[in-house]
Amino acid sequence: MKSRWRLPLRTVALGYLALLVVVPVGSVFYRAFQHGFTAAWDAVTTPEAVHALWLTLLVVLIAVPLNTVFGVGVSLILARHRFRGAWLLDAFVDLPLAVSPVVVGLALVLVYGKTGWFGNWLAGHGIQIIFSFPGIVMASATVALPYVVREVLPVLQEIGTDQEQAATTLGASSFTAFRRITLPSIRRSLAYGVTLTTARVLGEFGAVVVVSGAIAGRTQTMTLFIQDSIDNLNPVGAYAGAVILAIIALVVLTVLGGDREGRKAKWRSPSDQSPSDSETLSPSTTSVLMSPMDH
Amino acid sequence: MGPSGGGKSTLLRVVAGLESPDSGTVEIDGQDLTGIPARQRGIGFCFQHYAPFRHLTVRRNVAFGLEVRRRPKAEIRAKVDELLELVRIAHLADRYPSELSGGQRQRMALARALAIEPKVLLLDEPFGALDAQVRQQLRVWLRELHEKISVTTVLVTHDQEEAMEVADRLAIINEGRLEQIGAPAEIYDKPDNEFVMKFLGPATELDGAWVRPHDLVIHNEPGIGGQGAWVERITHLGFEVRVDLKLDNGSSTWVQLSRGAAAELDAVPGDQVWVSRATPSKRQGALTEVVS
Repeated sequence: MKSRWRLPLRTVALGYLALLVVVPVGSVFYRAFQHGFTAAWDAVTTPEAVHALWLTLLVVLIAVPLNTVFGVGVSLILARHRFRGAWLLDAFVDLPLAVSPVVVGLALVLVYGKTGWFGNWLAGHGIQIIFSFPGIVMASATVALPYVVREVLPVLQEIGTDQEQAATTLGASSFTAFRRITLPSIRRSLAYGVTLTTARVLGEFGAVVVVSGAIAGRTQTMTLFIQDSIDNLNPVGAYAGAVILAIIALVVLTVLGGDREGRKAKWRSPSDQSPSDSETLSPSTTSVLMSPMDH
Repeated sequence: MGPSGGGKSTLLRVVAGLESPDSGTVEIDGQDLTGIPARQRGIGFCFQHYAPFRHLTVRRNVAFGLEVRRRPKAEIRAKVDELLELVRIAHLADRYPSELSGGQRQRMALARALAIEPKVLLLDEPFGALDAQVRQQLRVWLRELHEKISVTTVLVTHDQEEAMEVADRLAIINEGRLEQIGAPAEIYDKPDNEFVMKFLGPATELDGAWVRPHDLVIHNEPGIGGQGAWVERITHLGFEVRVDLKLDNGSSTWVQLSRGAAAELDAVPGDQVWVSRATPSKRQGALTEVVS
């Protein structure tokens, strides 16, 4: 690329990012603390706010592990087995991302609601899903379904089955091969998939608002609390709640997705890349340089 | 040995238990292993692209089979050190596979397979991904190693020279069928069919039969009773000389001569010559001639 284009292009990219992300998020932080830290603290320590926060965290703690196990399982099936209908499974994984979250919520209501297909039977057994905690978890898990699969599947396909098979011939059971060989290989992409899933579950609004009924102090998650605060002319509560969600998301990003070395390596300029990279592409050229018999 | 896509690797994977056969059995030392899963077969397998565990160091790669078997740490350490010494990569023990050359990775894979003290060692195109010079060196080394450790080894290759050099017994596989099995020299000299003949080395036709071009002799005189032919081209290829001939009956053939024999013949394109099969005694005579 010609260097005279570099500056304008960077300005456009960074400016776009600033307009869409940095400025709005920054203004939320500013608004939250506009009337002092105490006001913000008071707004998010009301019983409703605290309950909403706990509910959100609980949903994350259940929905994210569920989606992680399911995501890795589906990825393994899609990457390792050829079967009829594989394309259908592949497409269904993406479906929650393709349709509006509100539609996802409505679909759950249609199936599990009082007048839904299973609603009557479930109610008869004392199980309530819609307007209740299980419904919120299901809606959150559904909308966040694709993230782990979309991160892990390509990596599984790329690494192939050679290493697992080598482990097998060396005496490893398939579980041992998975734990000691496959899992470390997909670790980075899995962590990123889990990060995205967590972020999505934390921030989900549309699907949850439909299935939860948004009953304050009972089925109101943090995003619903924020919406409720805006409706009830409690802007400080809304902004402070948003700040809390943002902070949790940042912590998750740092802990799980914060594979800084990996990210840096990805963007390192070609000149300081390790020689190993070129060798993976063409082992024959490097073995000329490093003849194995000269040691 | 056999051409690509002939089923060599598949057969090897069946032996290892990585594929299951539609019919037939896998027996090692008289023991039927057909239904036994790969991990219990105790077979060392080296993959074509070595399948190194990329997130583990060389040492941990080699130790894997022993770690899975829950051997004591000290024993594992000693065994791994010994193996790394054996394959001459002891100084690379703490490197990752990405920091090794192709040949070094190959030897790491070999050490890893040998760590479990396999009954049989299976090598799938072990030198396929290496350049010619390294390949030659590793071949000699592998042969020496094999004499040292004496583990029955099955090596799959599509390279005739490689097969002839390393093998005690050779099996030719083509289109999923076993064409011939025997000692390399035996198969080379007495191929069962045209495919084996052509696959194992240079072949040309004379009188409607396939012969090795170095089993043909050229005379300046018709006396001995060869077929009349015209020299079309003479190509000097280092040690050997290739002479392309047009026979009187219109068909073509070619003869492989030593430089000495070519100098003695002293023919140029367009010359009339006579070509015939060398009788075994004649061939021996020609050989002495070259040596002297």
